[in-house]
Amino acid sequence: MNRPPSSSSLVSRRGLIGVGSAGLGGLLLSGCDRLTNAPSVQHVIARAQSLSMGAQRLLLSGQPLAREYTVKDLSPVFKANGSTMPDDDAYQTLMDGGFADYRLKVDGLVATPRQFSLVDLKAMPSRTQITRHDCVEGWSAIGGWTGVPLHQVLSLVGVLPAARFVIFHCADDLDGSLDGSGQYYESIDLFDAIHPQTILAYAMNGAPLTVPHGAPLRLRVERQLGYKQAKYIMRIELADRFDHLKGGKGGYWEDRGYEWYGGI
Amino acid sequence: MTDLSIESPIPGGATAPPKPVREVIYRHTFVVRLTHWINVLAISLLLMSGLQIFNAHPRLYFGQFGADFDKPWIELTTKGTDDRPIGVTRIGGLELNTNGVLGVSKDASGNPEVRGFPRWITLPNDRDLGTGRRWHFFLAWTLVINGLVYVAWGFISGHFRKDLAPTKDDIKPRHIWRNIIDHARLKHPTGEAAKRYNILQKFAYLAVIVVFVPGIVLTGLTMSPGVDAALPWLLDLFGGRPTARSIHFICANLIVLFVIVHVVEVFLAGVVNEMRSMITGRYVVPQEHAT
Repeated sequence: MNRPPSSSSLVSRRGLIGVGSAGLGGLLLSGCDRLTNAPSVQHVIARAQSLSMGAQRLLLSGQPLAREYTVKDLSPVFKANGSTMPDDDAYQTLMDGGFADYRLKVDGLVATPRQFSLVDLKAMPSRTQITRHDCVEGWSAIGGWTGVPLHQVLSLVGVLPAARFVIFHCADDLDGSLDGSGQYYESIDLFDAIHPQTILAYAMNGAPLTVPHGAPLRLRVERQLGYKQAKYIMRIELADRFDHLKGGKGGYWEDRGYEWYGGI
Repeated sequence: MTDLSIESPIPGGATAPPKPVREVIYRHTFVVRLTHWINVLAISLLLMSGLQIFNAHPRLYFGQFGADFDKPWIELTTKGTDDRPIGVTRIGGLELNTNGVLGVSKDASGNPEVRGFPRWITLPNDRDLGTGRRWHFFLAWTLVINGLVYVAWGFISGHFRKDLAPTKDDIKPRHIWRNIIDHARLKHPTGEAAKRYNILQKFAYLAVIVVFVPGIVLTGLTMSPGVDAALPWLLDLFGGRPTARSIHFICANLIVLFVIVHVVEVFLAGVVNEMRSMITGRYVVPQEHAT
């Protein structure tokens, strides 16, 4: 390999190098945005998400628990994010009555649709867990949650074999729309729904759940990010799909660009 | 094709002083060159999409939790009024005015905008966490798969053993000191010495391969609540998700620092020769100059 390049090939290579680095620089500095927005590129980029979810589901196939912390690990202040006061008349009437008239509807692909009052839910076996809440933005807070495991509720209504997803319909309209298009909703699949730490929480840090944190009932699905932890849950629907709902992506933030699988 | 490198007697019988031999070696194998350029693209875009993600919460913490009400060790923020914000960077107790670049920079129409890193360095340029994350995770897979190919090749081909592993002679303190002096004088090796990596070069490459890239991948995984449930030892290894996020950022900075030094060295050593060796594999061995 001691053969040197001829001077002419050297020149052309020099030219090549120049063109190559200019192309790369141009791509990095100016072309990125155009490239980012190209649908074909977006399609390829999004494929990696299925790879991430597949890899995580493989790692999580034994249904391990998310780490649980102790009382002394609690965040001094747990940030209430997203909606902190649903601007909805029906919700506010319930709130004024201390949620005594609140009824959680569970329907869809179930054997027996049912309604649960807070008293009903609190009478069921409960689980308390101190866990870390990870926001998609990058911050974390540690809080304690008490609630009824979702699988308890699901076994009472009887999930039909066709059901694949659990959809949570919420009372808050996060972008303040008047037509209901900003109504918060979320969905998880049965893999996460039956996980022991997936609970419908009615208490936080030993006290009844406050309105900023999602009273009367919020979801905790501990192996996913904050936007999956739906607050102000009014109705739980079992379904075989969610693409007919609102933006079709399975959740408020999913319709606005975040991934449906929030484990990463 | 005329071979210019071969020393030849001048026609006519008279002998001129010998021209230096132009020696060309095959320096970088195809796999090394390919994985190198995939890394260039992946790491550049990972940095840019990473800064987009960082901008969603431009503060870093140590510990098991860290949010708005907790104390960050570094933050890109603002001071002054809401009408006239001034971009500042706070590191520990230190406050630096970074207006125009960090904290506050120009938006698409040239008006000041409250923002961690400026739009010209983030992917995408506009504030779009969802798209930034999609890019980042796609590129993270690219980096990891590319890295695994490189590492497998490094072992199989003997690249690690022959080219990167420090030799006994390399790590003699006197040798290392000599090397530091040479670097400080911007003196680059010639002849036989130029055919192999010097010890500081080996240390730099090994630091990236063994510490910075594995560190940035593992801390990236530690930020995933799903991975944390499956591999809780990661949380113990790094001391919590916020700490992992801080180390991720520090590793990114160290990789950027490596790239800057690396590119400066490429220019100092001769950009055409170095670039050609990483594109075609062929490298002209620099000969000793009479100084």
